[in-house]
Amino acid sequence: MTGSAAASAMGEWIEGAATIVDPTGLHARPAVKLTKLAKTFGAVVEVRADTDATWTNAKSPNSVMKMKAAHGSPLHIRASGEDADAAVAALVALVERNFDA
Amino acid sequence: MSDNVSIVIVSHSADVAKGAADMVRQMVGEEVRVACAGGTADGGLGTDVAAIMAAIEEVWTEKGVAVLVDLGGAETNSEMAIEMLGEDKGAHVAILNAPVVEGAVMAATEASGGSSLDEVRQTAEDFGA
Repeated sequence: MTGSAAASAMGEWIEGAATIVDPTGLHARPAVKLTKLAKTFGAVVEVRADTDATWTNAKSPNSVMKMKAAHGSPLHIRASGEDADAAVAALVALVERNFDA
Repeated sequence: MSDNVSIVIVSHSADVAKGAADMVRQMVGEEVRVACAGGTADGGLGTDVAAIMAAIEEVWTEKGVAVLVDLGGAETNSEMAIEMLGEDKGAHVAILNAPVVEGAVMAATEASGGSSLDEVRQTAEDFGA
């Protein structure tokens, strides 16, 4: 177990961030992809569009769709649980790949 | 065989039903099965109980089938189709109280993670709330 995995097993958060490059922001298709990917992990996964917004359940299609995160804004991602490291890495990579658009 | 809740779209228009189903397939992917029934047997506007039954049968799974309907007769004919499936099969089918297109996409997104029919219904019905 790596240090961070040990930390997350104790209920701590693993965090990451990536910038939304799509000109339309986090629109419907990316929101669906993000939700689907988040659901593949056992960890609790949350996202927020900027530092002062409240955290949103990344596995909830409704919540992610409602965020309307804008183009150029950093999307913060955090996860807690056994596969938290992998979850954060996968979601950050998805945003960095511009949701495979 | 996918172990996800599947989706059936029922519209008065064959084009709307097919378009909504295509949108779900393209946005969510192949892991959630989608079937549609739109228009009457003679190609007009309306819904057809036999076609709705066939669509439900096409994607039926014990995990559950979520049915999205547009207006009036689409709902009553879907209720009739579910009744005609018989109690055993019909018990795993639910008509969702959500808009056809948006509801279908949200339902399929929820279903893609292996959620139960109740969870799928909740997500679709909470959309826009």
